[in-house]
Amino acid sequence: MAIWSSEGSAGELTIKIQGRFDFSAHQEFRDAYEKSSDDPKGYVVDMKETTYLDSSALGMLLLLRDHAGGDNSSIAIINCNPDVKKILTISNFEQLFEIK
Amino acid sequence: MESNLKPISSEPEEEILRILIADDNDSDRLILQTIVRKEGHTVYTACDGQEAIDAFKKLSPDLILLDALMPNVDGFQAAREIRELAGENLVPIIFLTSLKDAASLADCLDAGGHDFLSKPYNRIILKAKIQAFARMRRLHETVQAQRDEIVKHNDHLVHEQQLAKVVFDNIAHSGCVDAPNIKYLLSPMAVFNGDLVLAARKPSGGMYVFLGDFTGHGLPAAIGAMPVSEIFYGMANKGFSLQDILQEINTKLKRILPVGVFCCACLVDFSFRNETAEFWLGGLPDVFVYRDGSAIEHFASQHLPLGVLAGDKFSTETRLIPMARDDRFYMWSDGILEEVNEKEEMFGEDGVLKVFDRNSDPRLFFGELIAAVAEYTNHAEQDDDHTIVEAIMVAEEELGEYFSDQDSRSLIGGPPDWSLSYRLRPLTLKEFNPLPLLTHLLMEVPGLRPHSGKIYTILAELYSNALEHGVLGLESDLKSTPAGFAEYYLQRTSRLDGLAEGAVIFHLDHKPIENGGRLTIQVEDTGPGFDHGEKDDGHKTAGYCGRGIPLISSMCESVRYLGNGNQVEVVFAWSFDS
Repeated sequence: MAIWSSEGSAGELTIKIQGRFDFSAHQEFRDAYEKSSDDPKGYVVDMKETTYLDSSALGMLLLLRDHAGGDNSSIAIINCNPDVKKILTISNFEQLFEIK
Repeated sequence: MESNLKPISSEPEEEILRILIADDNDSDRLILQTIVRKEGHTVYTACDGQEAIDAFKKLSPDLILLDALMPNVDGFQAAREIRELAGENLVPIIFLTSLKDAASLADCLDAGGHDFLSKPYNRIILKAKIQAFARMRRLHETVQAQRDEIVKHNDHLVHEQQLAKVVFDNIAHSGCVDAPNIKYLLSPMAVFNGDLVLAARKPSGGMYVFLGDFTGHGLPAAIGAMPVSEIFYGMANKGFSLQDILQEINTKLKRILPVGVFCCACLVDFSFRNETAEFWLGGLPDVFVYRDGSAIEHFASQHLPLGVLAGDKFSTETRLIPMARDDRFYMWSDGILEEVNEKEEMFGEDGVLKVFDRNSDPRLFFGELIAAVAEYTNHAEQDDDHTIVEAIMVAEEELGEYFSDQDSRSLIGGPPDWSLSYRLRPLTLKEFNPLPLLTHLLMEVPGLRPHSGKIYTILAELYSNALEHGVLGLESDLKSTPAGFAEYYLQRTSRLDGLAEGAVIFHLDHKPIENGGRLTIQVEDTGPGFDHGEKDDGHKTAGYCGRGIPLISSMCESVRYLGNGNQVEVVFAWSFDS
């Protein structure tokens, strides 16, 4: 498991998660958005290399959402594999995040 | 292959030969015998042609000095017979003659002599000629030995290849390529085939059919086919998806093949129940679908061949097409389409469409196509491996008989009916993640593989609940604020580090049911439990937690708490159809 973050040209912060996204990622995931200096215009969570997502990861995504302004936040979750997408869908996360 | 060919030996200065002298004239014979013997050679003598022939049979001399004119059988006749007897061995024959006219001398050579020596003998010339023919004889022997060596090696090589091919064919062409709904032609241009046809029945019913065409042909191309077929059959039988199989084959080939060698391929997943074909096509010619005996459709390759792109760039995107009963799916290697006629024009897709236009009975199309290619090339030698596969959409029942021996639906080939308990004590809870092991074990159940994602999620959620709330006594309420969320996981780590007692126990139970199975997962912990009356009614999903159980509920037939809430039982029912 590894997490990277990078700021894009449009002022958005992209967080990439590689491997299993579960409770062990908690600190790293939080660091990825709390340590960014500027206030990003939006967030992109890139799950291209995420193999698995558990319920604590759902919690972490909600933490990010609140950090980013709750209902006013702009967070896109992109490149989900079918398993990951299924878990997000079952939990109705498409109502809270932009899932692409 | 090691070469045992010997270099042509450097000649020894004076070779000792065994020489037969045949002359009816006693004094001539004696003179010659004396000269030759003085040179150190061994001499045998004969007084006429017949004696010479008999002596040759008995003594097989290295060289013969033969008088042309002798009673009984003359030198010419003797020479002919001796050459005949010598077969492919070179026995130099030098005619001894007092004849001087060109025609007579030419007769000597016509009769099979290698040279002639005029009487009276010149000792120096005689010596030189004997040595010259000794050299020629040695050269001939060397060439002969080398030829025999090459023949032996070639026989050996072909024999080895044929043996290897038996092994190869057993690996590459096992599976169900002989199923009644599949026709295929594999026509290699060498012993080994760079083309590969594989077919396997899926545990969930349906069938995978694979056609691969490796760059090149013969042995180098065939070697790549071995891992492909191993992966294909291994994964297909375990119920892996088309995407998983492609990904695995691509990764393997990318790793083992040299740059520039790759495998053009088509992998099709036929679902007889849904009457669909899902296929991935990379680098092969268009695949054709012959519909309803009246229309033909074709689909172009969308991907690069297997073994070209690294894992993350490789796309497993497929196309899904409906296939009505008796629709026919055709795929082929480029060899067959690229066959040329006498004007070097390719058969091509136009050729296929022409055969289609003439076809009146779809059942004969396959044979007509092959005949048309043969006719087009005027039955010339093929330039590449030829492979063509026809797969027909049939009702699953039609295959029933063929598969009855190896019916995977009867769950043969894996453990369908079993249970186990697995108790994880503190040291294990601290160090070891039991989920991959348990998932792996469950995937041995035939037909369960496609559900591995769900099963992993179920196990993972139940395990973290049992460990965190049960054994470690963490309260999920803590997770209702961002700070609490962090605190929760800090506490998880510290409490687990200090864990001295407690356990999580998995009880897994799998039973086969008709057309599927029922997996019961119980997870028990040694914690105090909780009042589950409330949880059963409406699960609390608030803050950043509580999403595990709803996730599981959506995937399972039932979820219920037992005992004092320290035990949860989940039933996962699955069928081959889903």
